[in-house]
Amino acid sequence: MTTKHIDARGLSCPQPVVLVDRAIVAGNTDLEILVDNEVAFENITRLATRRGLKADVRQEGSDIVIRTAKA
Amino acid sequence: MKNIFSTRMGIIAVGAVIGIGAALLQYFGNPPNMGICVACFERDIAGALGLHRVDVVQYLRPEIMGFVLGAFAAALCAREYKPRGGSAPLIRFFLGIFAMLGALVFLGCPWRALLRLAGGDGNAILGLLGLISGIFIGVQFLKRGYSLGRSYAQRKASNWIFPTLMVGLLLFLLFQVTFTPGGPIFFSLKGPGSQHAPIFISLITGLVIGALAQRSRFCTMGAFRDVILIKDFHLISGVAALLVFAFAMNLILGQFKGGFEGQPIAHTNHVWNFLGMTLAGLAFVLAGGCPGRQLFLSGEGDMDAAIFALGMIVGAGIAHNFATASSPKGIAAFGPAAVIIGFIFCLIIGFTQRDKITA
Repeated sequence: MTTKHIDARGLSCPQPVVLVDRAIVAGNTDLEILVDNEVAFENITRLATRRGLKADVRQEGSDIVIRTAKA
Repeated sequence: MKNIFSTRMGIIAVGAVIGIGAALLQYFGNPPNMGICVACFERDIAGALGLHRVDVVQYLRPEIMGFVLGAFAAALCAREYKPRGGSAPLIRFFLGIFAMLGALVFLGCPWRALLRLAGGDGNAILGLLGLISGIFIGVQFLKRGYSLGRSYAQRKASNWIFPTLMVGLLLFLLFQVTFTPGGPIFFSLKGPGSQHAPIFISLITGLVIGALAQRSRFCTMGAFRDVILIKDFHLISGVAALLVFAFAMNLILGQFKGGFEGQPIAHTNHVWNFLGMTLAGLAFVLAGGCPGRQLFLSGEGDMDAAIFALGMIVGAGIAHNFATASSPKGIAAFGPAAVIIGFIFCLIIGFTQRDKITA
């Protein structure tokens, strides 16, 4: 499955989670999500775990990149 | 480094601290059937500054300053202080105005609604039902792509403004400054504005809550919103803890008084208790946070949240100058009009502020 990219930088709560949830509900499990704050990172990783995905995280400059995959 | 406050146990602990803190503040002198109310306290600050002239609700509430400065300190320590802004500030300002107008029809923000319930005030049930209804309406907009657009990093040099304002208000309070004879800073001699815990107890409690709430992302609106929107029970576990611990503390301190009639600083107009909070709930969803959360965010450097908070303070001035704010005697002459106009505004914003959904 191709990776779906989501740029959630600068978006305020709950936009990042809404975008990710919409993608997961549409059947995507391989996501690459870009966020620029801790809150979005915490919310998205919590959502991913609840939806049965695992989340890998890496820092890229001031941004955080979250990659999800089926757990 | 893992943020322990944003775990499930962390946010429950924070909710407990807020519930206990609010009950204790009431015990130490804050208004009865209240403890903490972000809307009422911002209204009291508006009064102290002379933005309205209702002499029973004028006091520079240190809890509000504490919330902002505590969050500011916590964000700095955790390296989460990020100056940002530029996401439809004028819309957020007016959302703040209408959120306050709605809250003052009910006589409380979501924090106070929960604390009133924890104190036995049955009228809070209508307020909470209204809040949940307003949040439900807001969620429908969120599902259809509602967004005020992204915010942008701002220069670090601009971000001393809001914390400095809070420190300034604190200094006005501590030194009981007056500028003109018979003019602000006003201090109520009777009524709720005259009921306050000692300044340092209020300030320390505010600072602690501000720091804990910033770390835990505590948000009473988000709590209900996340259950409705994505069936996430994380934030609401913190809210439940607030309710339970405030209730327990009220029982211990003898502050529990069950019933609808005769509740302090409350009225029994069920329809407008409900509708006032429906408007408030909708406005909070559209603005992305409950009034407490907006203060904690502004401490973090979020200038859009700071503008919402300033809108609430201005809205409080409007509410009392234009006879929209309720009193224990009931709703005011133009309260219903304010709520209706507020709904129209929020519905227009909800329908028009949308990004195209690309699934």
